[in-house]
Amino acid sequence: MNTQELAELERAMGQCWDIAQRFGIDPFPTHFDVVPATIMYEFGAYGLPGRFSHWTHGRAYQQIKTMYDYGLSRIYELVINANPAYAFLLENNSVLQNKLVVAHVLGHSDFFKHNAYFAPTSRQMLETVGVHAERLRRYEYEHGPEKVEEFLDAVLSIQEHIDPFPDMRRKENAAPDKPQKPHETAYDDLFYLGSEKRPEPAPVSRKNPPEPEKDLLLFIAANARELEDWQRDAIHMVHDEQLYFVPQMQTKIMNEGWAAYWHLRILRELDLTQDEYVQFAELHANVLAPSKRSINPYYVGLKIWEDIERRWDAPTAEEREKLGRRGGEGKAKIFEVRAQENDASFIRNYLTKDLVEELDLYLYKQENGKWVIVEKDWEKIRDMLVRSMTNFGQPYIVVEDGDYNRNHELYLRHCYEGQDLDVDYAERTLRYVYRLWGRTVHLETVMDDKQVVLTYDGDRARTRVGEAVKS
Amino acid sequence: MLQHTVSLSKQDWSLHRKGPIDQARHNQKVKEAIKRNLADIVSEESIITSDGSKVVKIPIRSLDLPHFRYDTRRNQQPGQGTGGSKVGDVIGQSGDPQGQGPGKGPGAGEMPGIDYYEAEITIDELAALVFEDLGLPNLEDKGKAEVVSPDVRFNEIRKHGPMSNLDKRRTLLENLRRNARDGHAVVGGVQNDDLRFKTWVEDVRQETNAVVIAMRDVSGSMGEFEKYITRSFYFWMVRFLRTKYDHVQIVFITHHTEAKEVDEDAFFNLGESGGTKVSSAYQLALDIVNDRYPPALWNIYPFHFSDGDNWGEVDNQRCLDIVRQLLTMCNIFGYGEIQEGGRRSISTLMSAFQHIDDPKFLGVTITSKEDVFPALRRFFSTREAVPA
Repeated sequence: MNTQELAELERAMGQCWDIAQRFGIDPFPTHFDVVPATIMYEFGAYGLPGRFSHWTHGRAYQQIKTMYDYGLSRIYELVINANPAYAFLLENNSVLQNKLVVAHVLGHSDFFKHNAYFAPTSRQMLETVGVHAERLRRYEYEHGPEKVEEFLDAVLSIQEHIDPFPDMRRKENAAPDKPQKPHETAYDDLFYLGSEKRPEPAPVSRKNPPEPEKDLLLFIAANARELEDWQRDAIHMVHDEQLYFVPQMQTKIMNEGWAAYWHLRILRELDLTQDEYVQFAELHANVLAPSKRSINPYYVGLKIWEDIERRWDAPTAEEREKLGRRGGEGKAKIFEVRAQENDASFIRNYLTKDLVEELDLYLYKQENGKWVIVEKDWEKIRDMLVRSMTNFGQPYIVVEDGDYNRNHELYLRHCYEGQDLDVDYAERTLRYVYRLWGRTVHLETVMDDKQVVLTYDGDRARTRVGEAVKS
Repeated sequence: MLQHTVSLSKQDWSLHRKGPIDQARHNQKVKEAIKRNLADIVSEESIITSDGSKVVKIPIRSLDLPHFRYDTRRNQQPGQGTGGSKVGDVIGQSGDPQGQGPGKGPGAGEMPGIDYYEAEITIDELAALVFEDLGLPNLEDKGKAEVVSPDVRFNEIRKHGPMSNLDKRRTLLENLRRNARDGHAVVGGVQNDDLRFKTWVEDVRQETNAVVIAMRDVSGSMGEFEKYITRSFYFWMVRFLRTKYDHVQIVFITHHTEAKEVDEDAFFNLGESGGTKVSSAYQLALDIVNDRYPPALWNIYPFHFSDGDNWGEVDNQRCLDIVRQLLTMCNIFGYGEIQEGGRRSISTLMSAFQHIDDPKFLGVTITSKEDVFPALRRFFSTREAVPA
């Protein structure tokens, strides 16, 4: 983009902002940086600029860049959830393309600011990851790059297993606690002197964790015996960075749909030439193209948002009567949904039968070397989608016991909900968990309707098949 | 007012190098992974049947970071049609007919969630990895003067030279440049000043003389597996000798009850049948050495691959005698006995060779494809020098 184009874009950005305000969306102040493709792909691969070095980032970078070099796909936009928000524009995009990206980014930024799941995220993550990278570099200097890399490999292999809302759960768990006896003093036992029935002190549970713990990273950082300080620090770094990414994983469809919804409406308001309008339509259609073997979050998200708006604007007679919808509340409703829901609830609550048919959604499976559609029933499709979004698509794994066999072994349990684990991967991941924990590790799961415990003791992997589980 | 809410900037990012640095580390790990798996890769059929320039794809599963994940092959996945899809419609080929067990090699990118890494590498790069620290053992300086061979390399460009060495491409480029300087960027009107010539330097290297005698059993008792192992061993050996040494000669001998010297093509492609008289090959090797490669001037490396099924004790004894003679002249004598699945018959050649206690004799038993790589390393290890 040359200076003239930059000036035009800057003008359009101001207009986009004003239009957005008029529509009632309220983004963080947003700074845009125009960058070359390589930088865009690097940031895409790392998730955040300035993040720590690791070969998996290098691999992601190579993959994204290869796709771009072969013209197979390109990233148009990258926006960082921060206050002020920080977004990147591709240098070799046309002005129109970048106008669309600006409008799209304002949608994301509004979502970051107002969606409940983003409320606990740090808005200074850019600075934080820079500090983390710096510290890890120092650890590399002190302990050797191989050692740090090996350890990071292990941490990253279970990085998804954190608990984004620990307070919520702790409160729930705390509720059934017995109320403490009032006035317990050191002299209480005097009351029972000479009497036979002196109450037994309540047995103290020594179980660690007292309740199943979802946050593997924090549990290991706090309880693994052999870790050095820098290693515990590295676990915390990965944990904190992951906390930042979780809400984005939880709201992919909503967030992209929301941004698509607004880029469409903002660009319609801009004063575009006919040529630009054609470019815009083409780009928009590209972004929304459905995919045979996955769900395009832009498309599905946008359709659901528009459907919600329509149904609350013009409810049917039945909806008016039974649900008390007055009509004309479409905008209010989508802003409310934007503030409160995540993908799982969004799909559960708003993916209707009509929508499933209109979007032509289906479930497919591998049969005899082919991918075959096996399900068109809308409720089954919806439920499968919701399941695949629960715990942002990751298996739900908890620490059951940090002192299993009274031997400080780690016992993990996969909370089975009908989907089997990839055994090969599970076994290999367990080796990494062992590297962190330093003693024998177990993972309980269900396979082919049988309870199975995988074990790795640092030397051998074992599999114990237990009883059949009722499904 | 607007400046406080949206802003735009463009900076110079040309010094930003983080991505490429981590990418380099990843590529380094790919190489390490290939090295770790060399034993499997070396005996890969697709590799030894291809020519050197070909790029082969090597799946490296150990290179992705495992995590707890669902088995996508057993579970249903959501997708989206363009309208009117129904149950039973085929939406693509998965490329995995069994449909069981992850990692059994679907086409990369075909599968959602299956993401092992496929490294691309040329055979020559692979050979460089295989032979990184290998060489001809016990190599001695013999008759250096005899083999000083001038190696001519064209690696310089000059303005003067014989017309036959004219570098046309560079000449045209020079011409174009000169014309462009005058304002007309066209080719034409070549002047003497435009001419560029390739010129050479004489690269005189002192080479040590060495001859490798490759002997191969082509008798009827050699099954598919035995032939395959022999071929893959010699494939790598020849490749190794050619890349590492400029002046190593290779003599190819095949034998059943009779031995004959053949050319390279015939050596690799011959499939004959009949009985086995190993001594015939050894005798031929001995004759060739006596005729053409006097041990005073040559480093001599005979290798022989066989299933060990020889024609009786008498011939085994003869083999032993000839090998003893050969051992006095050669640097090492390598014998590989191929026994699929490790079946052992006691009357094999290997048991006859057990009477040899000359450290220059190296015997290797190969029972599976994976043994080819260790065999190469044993025969061509320069580190554990065999005392002369």
